[in-house]
Amino acid sequence: MSNIYDYTCFILLLPLLTFLLPGLFGKKFPRISGILGTTSMLIVTVLAYLTAYHYFITDAPAEGYYWPYGSRWPYLVLAKFTWLRFNAALSLDMGIALDPLSVMMLVVVSTVSLMVHLYSTGYMKGEERYSTYFSFLSLFTFSMLGLVVASNIFQIYIFWELVGVSSFLLIGFYFDKPSAVAAAKKAFIVTRFADLGFLCGILILSFYSGSLDFRVIIERMSSSSSAFYSFAAGASFLGVSALTWALVLIFAGGAGKSAMFPLHIWLPDAMEGPTPVSALIHAATMVVAGVFLVARLFPVFCMSHAAMDVVAYTGAASALIAALIACTQTDIKRVLAYSTMSQIGYMMFSLGISGYGGEKGLGYSAALFHLFTHAMFKALLFLCAGAVIHAVHSNEIKDMGGLKKPMPFTSIAFFFACLAISGIPSLSGFYSKEEILTAAFHRNKIIFCTGLLTAGITSFYMFRLYFSIFWNNKNKSGIKTHMAASITIPLFILTVATIEAGHIPFGKYVSSDGLPLHSDTDIRLSAAAIIISGIGILTAAFLYLKERTLPGRISAKAGIVYRFIAGKLYIDELYLLITKKVVFNLISAPAAWVDRNIVDGGMNLLGAAAENVSETIRPVQSGKIRNYALWFLAGTILISLFLIYVIR
Amino acid sequence: MNPEYLLIISLVTIIAILASGSRIAGLLALAGTVVQLVFSAGLLFLYMAERNAGNASLLLFEHTYVWYPDWNITFHSGIDGISLSMILLTSVVLVSGVLVSWKTEYMKKEFFILLLLLGTGAYGFFLSSDLFSLFFFFELAVIPKYLLIAIWGSGRKEYSAMKLALMLMGGSALVLAGILSLYYYSCAAGNPSFDLQQLYTTPVPEQAQLYIFPLLFTGFAVLSALFPLHTWAPDGHSSAPTAASMFLAGISMKLGGYGCIRIAIYLFPAAAAFYSPYIIILACIGILYGAFVTLRQKDIKLMNAYSSVSHCGFVLLGAGMLTNTAMTGAVLQMVSHGIMTALFFGVIGMIYGRTHTRIGEELGGLLKVMPFIGSCFIIAGLTSLGLPGLSGFVAEMTIFVGAFQIGDVFHRIATVSAAMSIVVTAVYILRAIGISLWGPLKNEKFRESGDATWYERAASVILIASIISIGIYPFWMSDIISNTVSVLFTSNPLK
Amino acid sequence: MNEIPLHLVLFVSTTLFFTGAYGFLTRRNMITMLMAIELMLNSVNINFLAFNKYLFPGKAEGVFFTIFIITIAAAEASVAIAIIINLYRKFRTIDAENTDSLKF
Repeated sequence: MSNIYDYTCFILLLPLLTFLLPGLFGKKFPRISGILGTTSMLIVTVLAYLTAYHYFITDAPAEGYYWPYGSRWPYLVLAKFTWLRFNAALSLDMGIALDPLSVMMLVVVSTVSLMVHLYSTGYMKGEERYSTYFSFLSLFTFSMLGLVVASNIFQIYIFWELVGVSSFLLIGFYFDKPSAVAAAKKAFIVTRFADLGFLCGILILSFYSGSLDFRVIIERMSSSSSAFYSFAAGASFLGVSALTWALVLIFAGGAGKSAMFPLHIWLPDAMEGPTPVSALIHAATMVVAGVFLVARLFPVFCMSHAAMDVVAYTGAASALIAALIACTQTDIKRVLAYSTMSQIGYMMFSLGISGYGGEKGLGYSAALFHLFTHAMFKALLFLCAGAVIHAVHSNEIKDMGGLKKPMPFTSIAFFFACLAISGIPSLSGFYSKEEILTAAFHRNKIIFCTGLLTAGITSFYMFRLYFSIFWNNKNKSGIKTHMAASITIPLFILTVATIEAGHIPFGKYVSSDGLPLHSDTDIRLSAAAIIISGIGILTAAFLYLKERTLPGRISAKAGIVYRFIAGKLYIDELYLLITKKVVFNLISAPAAWVDRNIVDGGMNLLGAAAENVSETIRPVQSGKIRNYALWFLAGTILISLFLIYVIR
Repeated sequence: MNPEYLLIISLVTIIAILASGSRIAGLLALAGTVVQLVFSAGLLFLYMAERNAGNASLLLFEHTYVWYPDWNITFHSGIDGISLSMILLTSVVLVSGVLVSWKTEYMKKEFFILLLLLGTGAYGFFLSSDLFSLFFFFELAVIPKYLLIAIWGSGRKEYSAMKLALMLMGGSALVLAGILSLYYYSCAAGNPSFDLQQLYTTPVPEQAQLYIFPLLFTGFAVLSALFPLHTWAPDGHSSAPTAASMFLAGISMKLGGYGCIRIAIYLFPAAAAFYSPYIIILACIGILYGAFVTLRQKDIKLMNAYSSVSHCGFVLLGAGMLTNTAMTGAVLQMVSHGIMTALFFGVIGMIYGRTHTRIGEELGGLLKVMPFIGSCFIIAGLTSLGLPGLSGFVAEMTIFVGAFQIGDVFHRIATVSAAMSIVVTAVYILRAIGISLWGPLKNEKFRESGDATWYERAASVILIASIISIGIYPFWMSDIISNTVSVLFTSNPLK
Repeated sequence: MNEIPLHLVLFVSTTLFFTGAYGFLTRRNMITMLMAIELMLNSVNINFLAFNKYLFPGKAEGVFFTIFIITIAAAEASVAIAIIINLYRKFRTIDAENTDSLKF
């Protein structure tokens, strides 16, 4: 059964190779590294599609084959080896696991990565550290692919950290820019903080389930009759069961990586990296790792309502907050970053409200479907934004406008992507968002309303962006728009994907229980969503199609509310306050002082005491011979008396 | 196979350097340490072959030489998984230590002799299975450090050297008291011996265990920077010359951890269990406190010195947890930290040699002008903050998983609070990278300083290769160690 | 013959010893101090002889020791005088109060 997937191993090996080779020898052959990276990515993509083709179509037997975590196991583990053994029960086995989720992610990651590689060969041309860039890009691709095929929860953690560090290195790629350095540090530290939660979650989960292997964990934890489950659900700390603790902590890790509120602060700053990197890492792949993680452990998450609620409400809050903030941002990439956060919020709450199995599991399929379509259109948006930024040499919306004429192709691609994200029928985003809203409607009305509202705001800010960049009368003349083929081809392919990806019968392949899911759409719900989006688009058109003063006046009217939102809710400032004032000045500085003065002072005191004692008894050695004689005589007499009267 | 050839190789090298002029002293030292490295790599392969062949005895390649028959003092050598990994660590750090001090100018001959003497002490310590010879080598690995720091050091070198020597000597005094008490009980049992294996089965009254264990543990833990007794470390490390810092943090601190695990806990499992909560608390304080203090340091060498306190806290934490997994993790952490910190100190030495400052803010933008050194610094930093694929991750995770096997709230909280330090570690490491390597070039003078020379490159490459060989595929090393640990800490019926 | 009782002999030797001790502690001239030492040594000699004669009449160890001590005392005096001469060369004095550099 597994022989036909032998080639799948190369999906991981090739990016590793293209990380090492240019990394070590790239300086001598700078041009080659781009071509090498892109070619190997092409092969990887072909292999990923081949795997998906085999997995979903040719090898898929009858109904019920996709039963991921039950007795009929389509969860293939290829090339498993023991990487580290903690004890008899817990061992860290590296493996390549194929199940519907991971195969789907392989397709997404490799597609977007290939597009970005190709785009980068044009976009990064002439960079001094060109080969380093491609090396890091391959490192990222390798880690991300390793993450999605992980068969062991610790393996995920390993690759999770690796994607984190490659993101760090790529955000800080322009390392002589202080803002890039700060952004890279921030991204790493915030996600690292979240990963602490993830690590603790893994430790708790592995303790109660007695295994690190996903398959075993899920088998043991996802049935309420299992002894392991009752062990974990029975133990409690601070009134919350150990299982919920574990899941919430794991979700915290996911929330950090996926930039969920309130751990999202790194994502907008991460836009300091090169734009293709933002498209790959901070829009399409790495940031959805949190969604992937929850989906991976979905049967376990279903066992804890509290954890699911945390997931759902965090997702919904992030979706709404990010959408609101996006309306106020003026940096094109930051708008897109907040939009990413908002869309991931969608995926998250969709997972959070989903149940396990059958119709109840619609949210699960919908979330992953949205992940899939979002990867395509968001990557497209970023790559378009990259082309625009390349042309006008600025990230600010105010420096753009009227670019429809000089950049017609980019304009059309961007337009389709905006339509897709707004959920206009027949484009990919429509189908996935539709499913999410349907699922939410059936399971949780509050979240449904939030989702609907966010949909409207989404189409508003996306079209605000579109109109401000490409219409908005300001005619920016003198803009050179030479678009290399390496830039237009990815845009074209992604546009096609954006339009067509929605027609994939996604529920048939990926569903919570592995059984094909046929979702019915409720025409009234679709109509509501479309109308809300339409209102958003029309408002944006009214305000931004032509250059007007109205938006400025509205924001001035909104006053403090506007400033609060535009200031990103002042969460950054809050964190800064905590880190700078509390950690740095109230913990670290006193600790350093205590170390030098109290602890080390104590040691010095010991030394000083010894010195004092010796100073005190020093005069006995006066050098005066008669003193010595006197001591001697006195001593002799004392000893004689002692010998005579005490010892006898 | 005779592992004590390592000692002979060291001694021969020392004598050769003594006999030759100082012009070829470096060459001789390099040759000697490379031979030692090759020899210990060979030892590794032989060890693995022997284990694979099914030899399950605790010590392999045992040899006993009678030293002073009347008191039954012997030199009993032999290696197990823990000492093997420590010997490998020592040889790797020594080679790179010799390489980075290639251009020592002042009293070159004496410098290399003392460095090799330290190495001899470390090898002897790890090889000995007899407490008397072990103590002898322990002292041998402490005293030359005083000279190295006081003669070739920088800053307040005499003060630091004196403090280091006094505190470490204080530690060894405790150890000596512990060893002599043990000897007393072995005499009382009618079988006077300093031999570990024999002492293991010597009955010691419970009350006596409760005071001998702290003597031995604290004495060794001073070297491992146990919390209130760690202050020699920052001063000593920051004043020492590069190679001595590498040795000090890379190997000397490991003598302490090794002694704690292989001697104190091995001999007195019951007393260790009694004291384990205190050890854990002190270790946790050391970890967090070290990390927070590091956050404030402006001098990158001092930063690494304090971070060593934090990292060595993990060794003690793993040891204090007393589960086999955590103990394995502690040993892994010793190896990993040894290599990582040697690389760190080596790189900092290289930077200092070019820029003549160690204050992070006066550096800046160095990655542009010295890409190789900068990359090494980043790799060392990433190892320190526990990036997977590098050795630090493996060690820390093993400790955490091992610590989490104990299901009560106290151990949980201790583990989680120790784990919190990895975030703080990330903060100070990234700060250091951001300040000193990234950003715009601060000082135009650095532009001419040039990148690493061949010997610096060689030193870094050796260390990085070791970090990666453990990080990419840790199973071989963790397997060697955990096998020994599981033999060592099966319950002892007599105690 | 009317024997002198032992305690009288011991009385003489004790007096002699403490005279020497007093002299050693109070005199500042090193030659005088040396003479005081000789007094103390002689009192010891008397003790040895007296105990030998009165308590162990058949043995000769006391006499041997006395002869030893006399010899040693002679050697010691010569060494001491050599030291004193050297001291004098260095310090231009043989006053024990002023030659106190051998300390700490």
